[in-house]
Amino acid sequence: MWSYVTRRILATIPVLGVVAIVVFLLLRLSPGDPAAIIAGDNASLEDIAMIREQLGLDRPLLQQFILWAMQLLGGDLGNSIYLSRPVLGLIVERVEPTVALALTTMVFAMLLAIPMGVLAAWRAGSWVDQTIMALSVLAFSVPVFLIGYGLVIGLSLELEWLPVQGFVSFAEDPMRFASHLVLPTITLGLVYMALLARITRATMLETLNEDFIRTARAKGLAEPRVLLLHALKSAAVPIVTTIGTGLALLIGGVVVTESVFAIPGIGRLTIEAVLQRDYPIIQGVILVIATVYVLVNLAIDLAYPLLDPRIRF
Amino acid sequence: MSATLTAAPPRKPVGLLRRMRRYPLPSFGALMLIALVATALAAPWITTHDPFEMNVVDRLQPPNEEYWFGTDAYGRDLFSRTLHGGRVSLAIGIAVAVASTLIGLLIGVVAGYFRLADAILMRVMDGLMAIPGILLAIALMSLTRASVGVVIVAITIPEIPRVVRLVRAVVLTVREQVYIEAATAIGTRFPRLMLKHILPNTLAPLTVQATYIAASAVLVESYLSFLGVGTPPEVPSWGNIIAEGRLYVQIAFWNILFPSVFLALMVLSINILGDGLRDMLDPRLARRL
Repeated sequence: MWSYVTRRILATIPVLGVVAIVVFLLLRLSPGDPAAIIAGDNASLEDIAMIREQLGLDRPLLQQFILWAMQLLGGDLGNSIYLSRPVLGLIVERVEPTVALALTTMVFAMLLAIPMGVLAAWRAGSWVDQTIMALSVLAFSVPVFLIGYGLVIGLSLELEWLPVQGFVSFAEDPMRFASHLVLPTITLGLVYMALLARITRATMLETLNEDFIRTARAKGLAEPRVLLLHALKSAAVPIVTTIGTGLALLIGGVVVTESVFAIPGIGRLTIEAVLQRDYPIIQGVILVIATVYVLVNLAIDLAYPLLDPRIRF
Repeated sequence: MSATLTAAPPRKPVGLLRRMRRYPLPSFGALMLIALVATALAAPWITTHDPFEMNVVDRLQPPNEEYWFGTDAYGRDLFSRTLHGGRVSLAIGIAVAVASTLIGLLIGVVAGYFRLADAILMRVMDGLMAIPGILLAIALMSLTRASVGVVIVAITIPEIPRVVRLVRAVVLTVREQVYIEAATAIGTRFPRLMLKHILPNTLAPLTVQATYIAASAVLVESYLSFLGVGTPPEVPSWGNIIAEGRLYVQIAFWNILFPSVFLALMVLSINILGDGLRDMLDPRLARRL
């Protein structure tokens, strides 16, 4: 068992290494002089030379990479060009809204999607199934801003039930924190729900055809018990795996949702950085998010035996 | 996803109409897509105004007889702009689907066939997949001056790893088959082996995947433009129209309503078509994808 765990943990190193190389090369391989791009259209030659030196762009590529990688390993993501502050600190400041939105969305989506998927698989082919599947392909196709602005216009502007946009920190006021998260969570949750409902249905369909389900029914267990305790439990691994890999989709959605609702999170930080060509921030955000993604998926992989006792390392 | 998972489609040839009755949802998707493509292609002839013509006197008009979808903050006709936006989305969707499929196919075949390359290529793909697609596209967009071509490249690159994985999986399965061994034994050379015996197996899953990629690309383009890091603002893409319209969402919601609805319908119809293709081409695929 431990050899598997060790191998699985070690396997994340090359993935993170590739992410680091991609992020490093992103700026260096861009067409044109990166220092000139960062400096902008009105920069003088001295400005460009200064930025080049500040980013170490005047040194050989390999030396640049080694220096940069050493810094990274020491937990230093570099400094923002415009704000002249450590990138890590900027990211930490913006992390609360993003994490809050991602978590509430995930919970909301799971609470809706898993019952929907189970129900659809249980009554496969019926109108219930077809309705649920039609709804999920619809939710998967509708752009985040259509749902978002629809909810804002309906619930915030017309009925004035909920705040239009913005974010309030939990520490400041838990109630307003919650009320500001309702609409963004529904908006993004519908997309994520579609993904999870589809995978839940597909896995449940397979599981419901297995012999142990027939046995469970034959010995007279109540249907809810068969569905939830036997079938869903055995279908848990693919569903949880999809939740993990779907994290990439979720984070992409968070970026857009933050923009719709003017939430000052990581997504907004990234967009501001792109508009100002503040590359150290862009690089830092990608590195941090990719690391979180890899670690979450590592944790899920390692949790398989807990979810399904049939799996042993 | 239709409910026909249990029944395999009939193998005998059937007429188009019967086939459409058998698959009502995919047929509906296909018809909707045809209608949307037709309006996009015909946009220069069926629109009522020049999509760029500003008419400041008529700014932010609600939908009326003159301006069917109303006007934007510069008094430009939203009906004309929305139909023209379809051309941009369609072009980007098709270009990204074709480019990522072809590049993914090439890398996937190499990875599936050459052990050494496999180890390296798949690590690179794993690394790319760890970066959320939109984030990678945003980062790529920041590297150079925006244009439709750059948007296509920026959306294509994050889509490639999934195609590579799909192709590699097919190649790995197929190369173990007895008929490949037989073909090798009678001296079939590598290029012929690839073209005649291995690649045809990737066709069905790739077609389905390409459809989903097109749908996703249309959506991602609009997200990038909406965030202000996509297609240059002067191009009337759906994302750009919505990005400009969001400032007036309280007083002129039609600025975002019509382009959003067209966008949703296009993505929806492509996704429905993809689900239908998947069920028709290979019912077993329904479980793998």
